[in-house]
Amino acid sequence: MDQKNDSHEPVIIFEAVSIGFDEKQVLNKLSFTLPHGETKVLFGEAGTGKTLVLKLALGLIKPDSGRITVLGHEVTAMKERDLFALRQRIGMVFQESALFDSLNVKDNVSFRLREERMPPDEITRRVDDALRFVELEHTVDMFPAELSGGMRRRVAIARAIVAEPELLLYDSPTAGLDPVTSTTIVELLVKQRDVYKTSALLVTHRLQDAFIMANHAFDRKQNKMIAVPPGWEWDAKTSFLVLKGGDKIFEGTAAEIANSDSPYIREYLTQ
Amino acid sequence: MRFSLTDIAKRNVLAVQEYSLLAWNSIANIFSSPRYVADTIQQADIIGVGSLPIVVLTGFFLGAVLALQSANSLARFGGLSFTGQLVSLSMVREIGPVLTGLMVAGRSATGMASELGSMQVTEQIDAMRALGTDPSKKLITPRVISTVIMLMMLTVISDLVSMAGGGVVAVFMLRLDGNQYWSTAWQSLGKGDIVMGLLKPFVFGFIISTIGCYYGISARGGTQGVGRATTQAMVSASVVMVISDLFITQLLLNFFPFS
Repeated sequence: MDQKNDSHEPVIIFEAVSIGFDEKQVLNKLSFTLPHGETKVLFGEAGTGKTLVLKLALGLIKPDSGRITVLGHEVTAMKERDLFALRQRIGMVFQESALFDSLNVKDNVSFRLREERMPPDEITRRVDDALRFVELEHTVDMFPAELSGGMRRRVAIARAIVAEPELLLYDSPTAGLDPVTSTTIVELLVKQRDVYKTSALLVTHRLQDAFIMANHAFDRKQNKMIAVPPGWEWDAKTSFLVLKGGDKIFEGTAAEIANSDSPYIREYLTQ
Repeated sequence: MRFSLTDIAKRNVLAVQEYSLLAWNSIANIFSSPRYVADTIQQADIIGVGSLPIVVLTGFFLGAVLALQSANSLARFGGLSFTGQLVSLSMVREIGPVLTGLMVAGRSATGMASELGSMQVTEQIDAMRALGTDPSKKLITPRVISTVIMLMMLTVISDLVSMAGGGVVAVFMLRLDGNQYWSTAWQSLGKGDIVMGLLKPFVFGFIISTIGCYYGISARGGTQGVGRATTQAMVSASVVMVISDLFITQLLLNFFPFS
């Protein structure tokens, strides 16, 4: 399980994945791939199965039919006990953060490292690095209940990246946050993408977040996110995938979605 | 939402299957790594030390009441000196394990259901799975092991304290000789009584912890769902425990009949 995925192979492959609940089909033969180093943004109205896609990729839920391959492993054919080792190579940021409320920030962020029996000095160093990345070094002894919504999301991001995962899954990391905090979170995602080149699947309702992801890069010299000037050499790719009623209705780049002729997408973009 | 009889039957069969799997995994996890020793010790402290005051208090006063009630009946037949024997046999064979089990069910099964239920409805269980940790190993097995061990210890303490409670009544209210009370209470206990008195809390501890964890991990529907899971855990654990008591007693009476 510890072998790395071939960098030419897609990180995630969904092949005709279907799932339904209470006789309602939520995903209908969904197929897509997430190439190595790319960020794919999932759009869609509430209830179209975006969060479900992330949980299916992690193997937290099994589909009714279809095949899902993540980091070279077919998760749909794996048993729960075998999935734990694969999940250690993936970071997930839940919509409501899902921080352990009885643990402080340090213990939350270091949870996986302690599970791996890492030496305490190394744990402290990695936790400090992760909290510095999300600019929350001062919260190390605080409990989740003492943090604001935006801070909790940032701690959740720190927890997801602390073990240096090969794949990141973000479930609406900016939902319910004010525009300033949302931009801070998006900047962190851009920084993670451009500095560590981590492949990611991002679920969001906010179009502006997705377009910022597509049109901005992280400048390490200035230590901030900057708009990508035209003609700039840039290897970070961000693509879009739109779901509607369980079906994939669009997959492509920011430019392609902006010029889409689909009435639904046009309406979605103008809302 | 309406459900047919078939749906209800399917749901119940599924619940039994899920409970059985959880109970089986809680034991199977002991034989595979990782093992969470620190979590087990922490749970043993919460369940064992935390339950000690209520177990001691209820045990003492129940032993005292038992001595008082039985002395009243025994006196009619001139058997007041058998008070110690009656208290010790009743407590060790039956009342001690059941009383302690009910106390721990009320305190710990509900605690487990509400704690795990809160974690479930706030996606903390999913987060744990996503972080590559098996919640069954990290959360359930430590609670099951510690409840089984601590319930046995608490039952022994409850038995002793209840005999002491009976002794206080026997000496200060019934004016019986203290040495006579303790010697009849002690000597009347046979191997079968001890086995029965220790096997019951072993089984009860397993039932209480697995049912508490099952309702917690199956909780759905926000805080209301957690509240419902907590109540169901207490009710189910108590009922299943008392029903199993009948079968264990019948089974053990075949091996250790009253002499």
